[in-house]
Amino acid sequence: MLTQHFPALLVVVPLMAAPLIVFARRSLASWLIALLATAITFGIAASLLAQTLSEGTLVYAMGSWEAPLGIEYRIDAAGAFVAVIVAAMGLIVMPYSRVGIAAEVRSEEHYLYYALMMLCLAGLLGILVTGDAFNVFVFLEVSSLATYVLIAMGRDRRALVAAYQYLLMGTIGATLYVVGVGLLYLETGTLNLADMATRLVDVGDSRGVLAALAFITVGISLKIALFPLHLWLPNAYAYAPSPVSAFLAATATKVSIYVLMRYFFTIFGATEVFDARATGAILLGLSLAAMFIPAVVAIFQHDMKRLLAYSSVSQIGYITLGISLDSVEGLMASAMHLFNHALTKGGLFLVLGGVVLRCGGAGFDRLAGLGHTMPVAAFAMVVGGLSLIGVPGTAGFISKWYLVSAAMHEGQWWLVGAVLASSLLAVIYVWRFVEVAYFRAPPADHPAPGEAPLSMQLPALAMIAACVYFGIDATWSSEVSMRVAEVLMYNPGVGQ
Amino acid sequence: MTLASHFSYWVTVLLLMVGLFIVMARENLIKKLIGLGIFQTAVYLLYIAPGKLIGGVAPIVGGQFAVYSNPLPHVLILTAIVVGVATLALGLALVVRIKEAYGSIDEDEILLMDARDDTSPEPEAKDG
Repeated sequence: MLTQHFPALLVVVPLMAAPLIVFARRSLASWLIALLATAITFGIAASLLAQTLSEGTLVYAMGSWEAPLGIEYRIDAAGAFVAVIVAAMGLIVMPYSRVGIAAEVRSEEHYLYYALMMLCLAGLLGILVTGDAFNVFVFLEVSSLATYVLIAMGRDRRALVAAYQYLLMGTIGATLYVVGVGLLYLETGTLNLADMATRLVDVGDSRGVLAALAFITVGISLKIALFPLHLWLPNAYAYAPSPVSAFLAATATKVSIYVLMRYFFTIFGATEVFDARATGAILLGLSLAAMFIPAVVAIFQHDMKRLLAYSSVSQIGYITLGISLDSVEGLMASAMHLFNHALTKGGLFLVLGGVVLRCGGAGFDRLAGLGHTMPVAAFAMVVGGLSLIGVPGTAGFISKWYLVSAAMHEGQWWLVGAVLASSLLAVIYVWRFVEVAYFRAPPADHPAPGEAPLSMQLPALAMIAACVYFGIDATWSSEVSMRVAEVLMYNPGVGQ
Repeated sequence: MTLASHFSYWVTVLLLMVGLFIVMARENLIKKLIGLGIFQTAVYLLYIAPGKLIGGVAPIVGGQFAVYSNPLPHVLILTAIVVGVATLALGLALVVRIKEAYGSIDEDEILLMDARDDTSPEPEAKDG
């Protein structure tokens, strides 16, 4: 049966598509291969989510070598949920890319762009599906290396420096993660994540395990761009080609957050991480700092892409805040915000990509009067912005609502005030855009640009519409998020 | 726990710190990459050293062999070396492109040029 190989195919399909694209070389042919591969990948991811929701954890022995000797792929509702987000984002960005990269990437490099997108997709999905600690590192580097090149493809020369800085920070993060895995391997003698979780219980209190926890937490936090380790993110998102910014904003940091959740709740266990040490308090402090400081920085930006990038750092704070509460409700709010923020920020960057194509830049001087020259795009940006703020009727509201109720459930009433105050900062930076787009005259030298091409407009509007849809009918997203939280919290990852 | 019994760990920690310091303290982009290389190499030692037993041989099943070294760390590190080489190659390629675009590989000078770009309205396109 083909379905039983789905966990492997989820990685193999995009991974094999990449060399095919390099052979194809022609821009159109490589785009068609990439489109087909992402469509298949999304189908696989969706079917895996359906399977894991009904049957629980799926285990796949790579090459029929049983774990712990062989490398096993292990996917449960939590991994499949994030995999669906990643694959869906890939599927939305692909049709968009055909026109989206034409202005930003040189035409002889188009096939490389598609090949790298496929490698990035394969790496991100690999992290989600694998059950081996070292494999996570390898996939992390596969996706990261592809990401560095994708960012460097940006039109501005500052993209090169942004990619270089991300390469340094990303490599340090991944290396710290490997140090942590090495220490865990020394303590437990296994790299299989499920096996490791069982054996760590017997290891008990050990300095090696504590050091491993510290290394892995800091290493992955660098990849998450958790404040104050976010310095690589704003430039990387600002100077990357628009479809790349959208794809990364919706997926890369989210996958790393999944890895952190996995290690905290499944491998080390909540008692080791939260009850025995001050991890929760530290994470809470950093999350609060992330919710406020980058949001204030966002207010003072003069470029819409940079503004959205700083807003991303700020929104990541909400997700880690849910983790730091160490409760099912908190985790559920995190999973939900992970999904909702991927929709919102992915959608905003996609809309902005069309605007950049028409206006020649995302600086506020270029965007002046956008409400008159590109009314649909400007309106879509405002709706996305409302979701960033968390206005009722948008996806952002739902996850903030769950986050606030999780905080109240823990008796942390003051956090309600903190979330509200941070949302007010979001009001200010979204208002900056509204002010520029609707209350300023278009620049005099501006040729009246008109809306973005349909192939860019449709995917972008679909994402923004999804933002509103999941803000009104959150049944599916809340049910799945609840399952994800339960899987992370109660299932120690040991075979079923 | 003496210095001698944990010698390989001390060397690992020292190399990690030296590498990280170079990455943070140097302005030259190539030197930063050298530091990054040292930082990654330290991890190879962390994995390989504990896998070796004194007098241990390759894991060959046979009567005359009693003590085996663990081969798994070697294989893992082979993978990590490949990743390290790829990262270094990409990093150097980026430095070449930065040199072409900015005419400098000094981080301070590059950031200064970027700051100037931010105040002037039209940044130069990198492909000319």
